[in-house]
Amino acid sequence: MVEFAGSTGLVLNEPLLFDKGKRGRAGMSIPRRDVDYAPVDEELVGEGPDFPDLGEVEVVRHYTRLSTWNFGVDTGMYPLGSCTMKYNPKSNEKQAALPGFAGAHPLLPEKLSQGALKMMFELERFLGEITGMDAVSLQPAAGAQGELAGMLIFHAYHKSKGRGRSKIIVPDTAHGTNPASAALCGFSPVKVGSSDRGVLSVEGVAAAMDEETAGIMVTNPNTLGFFEENIRGIAEIVHARGGLVYADGANMNAVLGIAHMGDTGIDVLHLNLHKTFSTPHGGGGPGAGPLCVKKHLEPFLPIPRIVDDKGSLRLSGDFPRSIGKLHAFYGNVGIMIRAYSYILSLGPELKKVSQLAVLNANYVKEKLKDVLHLAYDRPCMHECVFSDKLQAPLGISTLDMVKRLIDYGFHPPTIYFPLVVSGALMIEPTETECKEELDLFVEAFRQIVKEAGESQELLHGAPWRTKMRRLDETGAARNPRLTCK
Amino acid sequence: MRYLPHTEEDVAEMLRVIGASSLEELFSTIPEDCRRKGDLSLPGPVTEWELNDLMAVLAKTMAVAPEYKVFLGAGSYHHFIPATVSYLLGRSEFSTSYTPYQPEISQGTLQAIFEYQTFIARLLGMDVANASLYDGASALAEALLMAARVSGFKKVALSSLIHPQYRLVVRTYLEPAGFEIVELPLTSCGRTELTGLKTIEGLAAVAVQSPNFAGCMEDLGSVASLAHDAGALLVASFTEPLAFGLYKSPGALGADICCGEGQSFGIPQSYGGPGLGMFASCKRYLRSMPGRLVGRTEDRDGKSGFVLTLATREQHIRREKATSNICTNSGLCAVTSAMYMASLGGSGLRELARLNYDKSEYLKKELRKAGFAIPFSVPTFNEFVVELPPGSDAVYQRLLDRKLVAGLPLASFYSGMENRYLLCVTETKTKNDMDELVNLLRADCNI
Repeated sequence: MVEFAGSTGLVLNEPLLFDKGKRGRAGMSIPRRDVDYAPVDEELVGEGPDFPDLGEVEVVRHYTRLSTWNFGVDTGMYPLGSCTMKYNPKSNEKQAALPGFAGAHPLLPEKLSQGALKMMFELERFLGEITGMDAVSLQPAAGAQGELAGMLIFHAYHKSKGRGRSKIIVPDTAHGTNPASAALCGFSPVKVGSSDRGVLSVEGVAAAMDEETAGIMVTNPNTLGFFEENIRGIAEIVHARGGLVYADGANMNAVLGIAHMGDTGIDVLHLNLHKTFSTPHGGGGPGAGPLCVKKHLEPFLPIPRIVDDKGSLRLSGDFPRSIGKLHAFYGNVGIMIRAYSYILSLGPELKKVSQLAVLNANYVKEKLKDVLHLAYDRPCMHECVFSDKLQAPLGISTLDMVKRLIDYGFHPPTIYFPLVVSGALMIEPTETECKEELDLFVEAFRQIVKEAGESQELLHGAPWRTKMRRLDETGAARNPRLTCK
Repeated sequence: MRYLPHTEEDVAEMLRVIGASSLEELFSTIPEDCRRKGDLSLPGPVTEWELNDLMAVLAKTMAVAPEYKVFLGAGSYHHFIPATVSYLLGRSEFSTSYTPYQPEISQGTLQAIFEYQTFIARLLGMDVANASLYDGASALAEALLMAARVSGFKKVALSSLIHPQYRLVVRTYLEPAGFEIVELPLTSCGRTELTGLKTIEGLAAVAVQSPNFAGCMEDLGSVASLAHDAGALLVASFTEPLAFGLYKSPGALGADICCGEGQSFGIPQSYGGPGLGMFASCKRYLRSMPGRLVGRTEDRDGKSGFVLTLATREQHIRREKATSNICTNSGLCAVTSAMYMASLGGSGLRELARLNYDKSEYLKKELRKAGFAIPFSVPTFNEFVVELPPGSDAVYQRLLDRKLVAGLPLASFYSGMENRYLLCVTETKTKNDMDELVNLLRADCNI
């Protein structure tokens, strides 16, 4: 009998912070007053916000209890497709917390901040080497901001050629941030479909590409888990009509040390340090979305850039063709430190990361493809996409199956995305899961499929073992309650 | 490598199941001309202990407390962070989870963010707050884009006393979309000059920062009436939210959108990031807001819980018609700031805010006594501008050699501010630190 991690146990309740506390309690030591009270302008002074006063123990218990209601990578397998929920090394956290980094003011004179500048300067070069691109900016604070930076570069590039362009090609498998980022720069997205192999075709792109189109945004490997094998041909078409090629690197975890993105014909590529380079997702951020470009677009990168001035590093804003600034300072340096530590810890062995990530995804695909419908039956990269096609006739949906998966002790995969697969189940195990864990996951899914044939109620009602059952999302949107009264 | 658990036997067995003869074969779909020829040319791999040494060397070059006395603010503030906050946010159930798309197993993050939204709404005096944006600068850009959606206009007026780097970020976001940006000059007393506002037509928003970049409190009430008379929204930006423990909130003074940087609340400075974009507005503009929102609801058993809500505004549903392209935000920083606000409490926040104010007033008074000019007369919070005698650059450099960073030189940000410095004093500076600064300045300037 297999024993799964999913179990029941004592789950503690905890009220809202605003229903706790008593006036006069303190949860924090206030520094000593060593100066007198100064007069204040009574016109400007207010009452201060209505926050509860809580004791230190109350605060500690509150957040400790809340944390136990959460599922993280440290809790268990988190096969969320295209999100790359790999293990987040603890040593990286320690480096980012070093007082020299954590306590550093961003406007320190450059001669007093050489360590941070050196880390950033080297990380830019590491990412350039890993992607095969020529120049890197670490400034974007997340993948979507990296995309925006990329689209701003498209905009600035076309403007520099004296001809603005109004459209952008976005495949139907793209993440929603792609069209949203393009729209911010005034580009209207033109959708192109993928072939029956789940990839773009040169002909499809050629039909959509014209002199009004700024270029194309391609996620490579794409969200179906396939390498866009026609990328060079696509790039040739786009370039021939004066356009540029943007690559969304959300799925770079599949090809580290294997693909040379700089040789695939792309002009711009963003990375997600919080996916590929192991920095924690933090329940929704902060992340970082560095932007990599080929030589001809380097002048457009965000400022300031780090320049080497005879062995001393400094920040320079002297790039007149730059798209400008995206962040109040230089981006999420604390996240960069973690990614830098990760890259140093692996070095050239990063290639092994991708090999094992792809091995794990193909293993899960093979082990489940007799019970779940595989959207495209061909070798995958870092993730595989199933659907609920076989279970739908039983009245069982993707949502039902993944909610049941929670009872077994696993985080659900990404569901209902990409949009081109109805009832999609997108599984990305990542390289940090061992074979035994994958076997348990497969076994859990196979049992769920069995349950789907025997007791629909069990799946419709799932999850059963969590603190909360399924929540009313429609009601939440109809009558938004967004703060405590 | 300890992050990679596969043994050789595991790999062999898994390849057998897949029907591949080698790991290389798994990549056969990548065309030859898209492949890397040689190995990655990277340093390492290093051991954990080697990494500790390497990073310690880099970190040691940085000028930080307690070795250095840093009187810098300007959008990044040195505040004490209690041990409880660092400890609690280190709970990896918070840090290693994803955006809470599966509410049944994300109630910890969801309740923490719901409470964060409540804290921010109350702090800023607004109806609703979102679950965070990247930082104060992009929050301001998003606020202006939102004001344009609400008003239908594409022209905004920006105070030149908004953080200069925030104004640059606004230009990056707005100019390619065809916005017109009018900059409002500053008055001699340290506030935004508003007289020009009456003549501008078709304004989506008037944006000011308070406390502003010079540390001065703007007259937000007057800006609000002028903005509203012009049919524009008042966007109130800030870099130091602790000020609202002492001064009236922007919401109480008529702001329609409040946005700013929340780093002050328990988040390490980290050379400028990650920070926390705080963002709040009025209920009537809710559906135009960018960013994620957590809402209260019930589960099937009628138990109260939380979910991400109003997602039809967002990119993953609306794609190019979304209110913003934001996906990953600053979730963990938002939770950190909530932990900090919970620890401080209402009483603690008022006390700490007052202490910041009183300390900076002490330094202001001592500088005046020593003969230095304080050019702006408007009340400040924990930052203010001081004017040193001509040739102050050499003085500033000599103080650096004494491990004292005497504020931010304003010469590169504003014309006519050659000898002006923006000084910041938080609770981390003692009376002795301030006396030392005044004495060194006095001695070096021969006053």
